[in-house]
Amino acid sequence: MAAVDTIIRLEGVKKHYVLGAEVTVRALDGVNLEVKRGSYVAIMGPSGSGKSTMLNILGCLDRPTAGRYYLGGIDVSEMPDDQLSAARGRMIGFIFQSYNLIAQLTVIENIQVPLLYQRKDLRAYYDHCVQLARLVGLGDRLHHRPNQLSGGQQQRVAIARSLVNDPLMILADEPTGNLDSQTGREVLELIDTLNAQGKTIVLVTHDERVAGRAQRIIHMRDGLIDREVLNGHRQAATAPPHKS
Amino acid sequence: MNPLAFQFLVIVRLGIKSLLLHKLRSALTMLGIIFGVCSVIAMLAIGEGASYEAQEAIKRLGSANIIIRSVKPPEDAKLSGIGRAQSIDYGLTYRDAARIQDTVPGVKRVLPVRIIRENVRFAQNSVPCQVLGTLSFYPEIVGLEIVRGRFLSDWDEINNENVCVLTVGLAQRLFPYQDPLEQSVKVDAFYYRVVGLVREQNLPEQRTQSGQMEGEPLDNNVYIPLSTSRTRFGEVLIRRSAGSFEAEKVELHQITVQMNDTATVETADPQIKTLLRRFHEKVDYETIVPLQLLRQAEQTKRIFNIVLGSIAAISLLVGGIGIMNIMLATVTERTREIGIRRALGATRRDITLQFLVETVVLAVGGGLIGVMVGVLTPLLVSHLTTMKTIITLWSVLLAFGISGAVGVIFGLYPAKAAAQLDPIEALRHE
Repeated sequence: MAAVDTIIRLEGVKKHYVLGAEVTVRALDGVNLEVKRGSYVAIMGPSGSGKSTMLNILGCLDRPTAGRYYLGGIDVSEMPDDQLSAARGRMIGFIFQSYNLIAQLTVIENIQVPLLYQRKDLRAYYDHCVQLARLVGLGDRLHHRPNQLSGGQQQRVAIARSLVNDPLMILADEPTGNLDSQTGREVLELIDTLNAQGKTIVLVTHDERVAGRAQRIIHMRDGLIDREVLNGHRQAATAPPHKS
Repeated sequence: MNPLAFQFLVIVRLGIKSLLLHKLRSALTMLGIIFGVCSVIAMLAIGEGASYEAQEAIKRLGSANIIIRSVKPPEDAKLSGIGRAQSIDYGLTYRDAARIQDTVPGVKRVLPVRIIRENVRFAQNSVPCQVLGTLSFYPEIVGLEIVRGRFLSDWDEINNENVCVLTVGLAQRLFPYQDPLEQSVKVDAFYYRVVGLVREQNLPEQRTQSGQMEGEPLDNNVYIPLSTSRTRFGEVLIRRSAGSFEAEKVELHQITVQMNDTATVETADPQIKTLLRRFHEKVDYETIVPLQLLRQAEQTKRIFNIVLGSIAAISLLVGGIGIMNIMLATVTERTREIGIRRALGATRRDITLQFLVETVVLAVGGGLIGVMVGVLTPLLVSHLTTMKTIITLWSVLLAFGISGAVGVIFGLYPAKAAAQLDPIEALRHE
């Protein structure tokens, strides 16, 4: 899997919701997309454009009605639920708008949660988790609960958590939506750093300034990719590492 | 540690953590199980204790024995005590004893007993007691423990010896300072040499008659040879009570028939009854078959246990429903968390396991506390009252096992419900 350079490949992905006998909502209507390793992609679009559905499909939280989705070269579009869970845990790191930490767990325990579901031995990975906490600047808050942290700090915990399984890509859903602009900028800078270190980032937002940090900005409309903008000055900075 | 065991331990620890998040709620949920388990153990302990004493008493009568007692016929009871001296002739006879010995198959020994109420005296001490005229093998059949000296011998019987054996309690009252052995005690008009001290393990005769002797210690017995009893007291026993006196002619008060083995007891019982019926005009006797009593007692106990067990099971069921109710509420409340966990890679099975573990921790935790309270309750009951209680290991294991099972059974549905949630819906849940 390590050799695959195309992290995401969508081929004619459709997602239709049948609401009644006559009403069918075409949330995605045949999307084609390729995302290379190490790239930074922002998905934008007005509400109802299929942005959320796209996120769910990309995050393996949902399966397409039709079409193929290859994640890291593996076809996940028809995986059974259990394998899909495993794929999420192994290949995707989630960052949500509302942080989505587990309230009763401490910072370090929250970071460990994905390891638990990968059947990893938590003892062996403890130092790794502590390092990640340091990386996001929370090395001194390991045993705090989420409610003892600020929003920005909570989002940093979520970022550390998204990294713990060393995923193929990080999927961020409005990561700054609940943060003030200063804190939001800090979080985005952290994401930039990750991308600079070679992580593939897919970010869903409706904020132009947030999207502006990505190399590619994909605009969606009516369940289709409307247009794609290449963000020149960023692309030069972090060209995907090509082997061969 | 084994990684799998460690993994499980982590899940249990996380479960406990989640439960501690709502301490009061978890404690209240546990209460149902605590009371259920406690009531199972306490009820069974009290029931067991109640039936134990009865069963022990019956067992000591001897399961291979058939006991026949003289009973004053009711029509004669009316006549008695009305001024005029009247001798009432009833009860078992020496010939009954001989006939049973000779005709009923499977009889090992027949033990006749005469019981006379008299005062026994030594120096200034006078103690009301029962004078039992009997044979040398009485201790083996009734279960007497010979503390000192010897019991009556066949030689005493043949020679009408004036010897007696005292129960320990009686000896202590009569001889506060002296050694009772080889002393002479006076009963009625005659002196008897004390040859032994015994301790009764069981006093069926007195126990049934204790209504007349209330407040008196149960072990005031003097044993003399049957032949001596017959010659010294005669066949007609006269009892004086305020203003009237009663005379009864009773040869034997009790016959204990010992069978060769317990298997023949139930065939011999009707044969003895038929035999007695032929030679007794009135029904002036009763038969007691300890084996049948024991069976009845066991049957009663079984029914008792079933009833108690059902009550306790219902309380555990109610506790289980309480747990299920709370867990369903918890699942709704923690929908978001379920969504997060699913997004982070948890399979449906992981979610099921997590909630099942929480329920089982609740139930088993409640079970443990319930076992502690349930063990303490009977101890407290027997400490505060005279009731005997017996805590059996199986009742503890049963109660604990049921509490665990309740956790699994009632936890399964909420856990499955949690696992069936759609991760997208769950993540969107506020």
